[in-house]
Amino acid sequence: MKDVDRSRGILASLLTHLVLVAVCVAVGLPFFWMVTTSIKGPTEVQIFPPVWWPETPRFDNFAVAWDAAPFGRFYLNSLIVTGTGVVLEILIASLSAYAFARIRFRFRELLFLVMLAAMMIPGQVALIPNYVTLKHLGWINRYAGLVIPHVSSVFGAFLLRQAILSMPADLFDAAHIDGLGHLRCMLSIALPLARPVVATLALYLFIAKWNDYLWPLIITNTQNMRTLPVGLSMVQKAEYIIGPEHLMAASLFVLVPVLVVFFAAQKQLIEGIAAGALKG
Amino acid sequence: MSETKTATIAAGSDAGAGRAPRPLGMRRRARRDALAFIAFTAPNFLLLSVFTFWPVLYSLYLSFFKWNMIAKRKTFLALANYRAMVTDPVFWLVVRNTLALAGVTVIVTLGIALALAVMLNRRMAGRSLYRMIIFSPTFTTSVAVAMVWGWIFDPNWGLLRVFLKWLGLASPNWFADVHWALPAIMIVAIWSGLGYAMVIFLAGLAGIPVELYDAARVDGASARQTFWKLTFPLLSPTTFFLVVTSIIGALKAFDVPAIMTEGGPLNSSNVYVLYLYQNAFKWFKAGYASALALVLFVGILAITLVQMRLSKRWVHY
Repeated sequence: MKDVDRSRGILASLLTHLVLVAVCVAVGLPFFWMVTTSIKGPTEVQIFPPVWWPETPRFDNFAVAWDAAPFGRFYLNSLIVTGTGVVLEILIASLSAYAFARIRFRFRELLFLVMLAAMMIPGQVALIPNYVTLKHLGWINRYAGLVIPHVSSVFGAFLLRQAILSMPADLFDAAHIDGLGHLRCMLSIALPLARPVVATLALYLFIAKWNDYLWPLIITNTQNMRTLPVGLSMVQKAEYIIGPEHLMAASLFVLVPVLVVFFAAQKQLIEGIAAGALKG
Repeated sequence: MSETKTATIAAGSDAGAGRAPRPLGMRRRARRDALAFIAFTAPNFLLLSVFTFWPVLYSLYLSFFKWNMIAKRKTFLALANYRAMVTDPVFWLVVRNTLALAGVTVIVTLGIALALAVMLNRRMAGRSLYRMIIFSPTFTTSVAVAMVWGWIFDPNWGLLRVFLKWLGLASPNWFADVHWALPAIMIVAIWSGLGYAMVIFLAGLAGIPVELYDAARVDGASARQTFWKLTFPLLSPTTFFLVVTSIIGALKAFDVPAIMTEGGPLNSSNVYVLYLYQNAFKWFKAGYASALALVLFVGILAITLVQMRLSKRWVHY
């Protein structure tokens, strides 16, 4: 009786692993396919059934892809836009979060609700008005236009406020007594203590801004201002004639920084997602 | 209250140290705090006003006009843009496609994700590796996703054709066939969304007390009974959250259809935001596109409000 139970248990767990491995293969296959295609030769991408691994890996595909469009410039643009965007948004989120958590003000609760209400307005609704606003500001096809409309912060401010609220109030009271102003309190007490939250937030913001496609697509109109995702999509839309192996190589240019961040911090990112969803 | 406390402590420390600044008067302090509050939140509220709140009003305004975004003059049309929506067959096709995308994607994604989460919700070898691999598409750049899937769907040399052949099927010409373009987008959406839903389900499962499972086992409940009578009802807040956020996410879909199919052929895979984008930035019909934007806003707002209402009533804890 007990043996039957145990062998059934082993069978069930074996079956579970089998299903999970199958799902992982299915989920991972597109990544594998991108990598393997990117090092295939021009004849190897036009065979059916396709080869799983090229006879001789062609790493020069990456050089060809890199030269097929100004990828260096796209990289630079993406780095500038993402970098300044992350720094500004963290700064703005921190200031708001500190104010909502630690500065007394008559309309604080009301303003907090106003801020949260912004979360209900999808960015897609704002495309045309923001385009018009940027045209008035002369920010079309400029870094400012790419960055500034998306550095306001609701979710980040909310998250950081929670973190600051969980810190003991005495800490801040004592600092005020020592003559520290709010700005110093924020910079030397709140932010250092909230470092894990700030770090996780920065990672999310980096990924979200790096991956953004729709806004830079609308707001850039010359090649030298395009970010990587937009540049890549233009390469595919036959502004340049290159093979699928080069297209996959170019996709990897875009993807590698995100994958590096993800694999380096995957535990933090996955747990942050789960915690954020439950709280928010 | 805490100000009084601060004041007393301040008085104490003042006497001790002698060089701490004199505590400010309460009113002066309140005024200083008000100014600090305004200064700290001003950047955020300025940006939110200009780039988030104002656009709603301006969209509403523009939706009553005909305007090509360049000309100085806007032609007042009253409600003609909204009337045009009702009679625009492409609009209804796009709405149907978007709802189909949302419906199919949400049901399939959440179904598979829940099954995976239940399997992974125990101490087992390789658990975090499985979780990481299944989650990995979540943050993957959508443009790169569209590139590789476009290549996988290739009717001649694509990887998917291999699997279809194993099943004895011929590959459809995915992006050129009005029946297959939208399903192709659904497949990509499911692949992309699976990991996120699974991780949220796992978090929900972790919140169910272990004692309940022990009690179920003592009572001799089968695995199936335990799932349907215990896990599923207790997970309903998580499920509800995921259903709502996934539907809203699907309504906003743009990147993958824009790159893989451009909405074609014959709008068979066109979706709401893509159609909005085409109207605004391809055909320069800013008025009509603003009407579309406003309807989307109202739709998403309605879903959010219903969610707030129902999450109190429907969800079993």
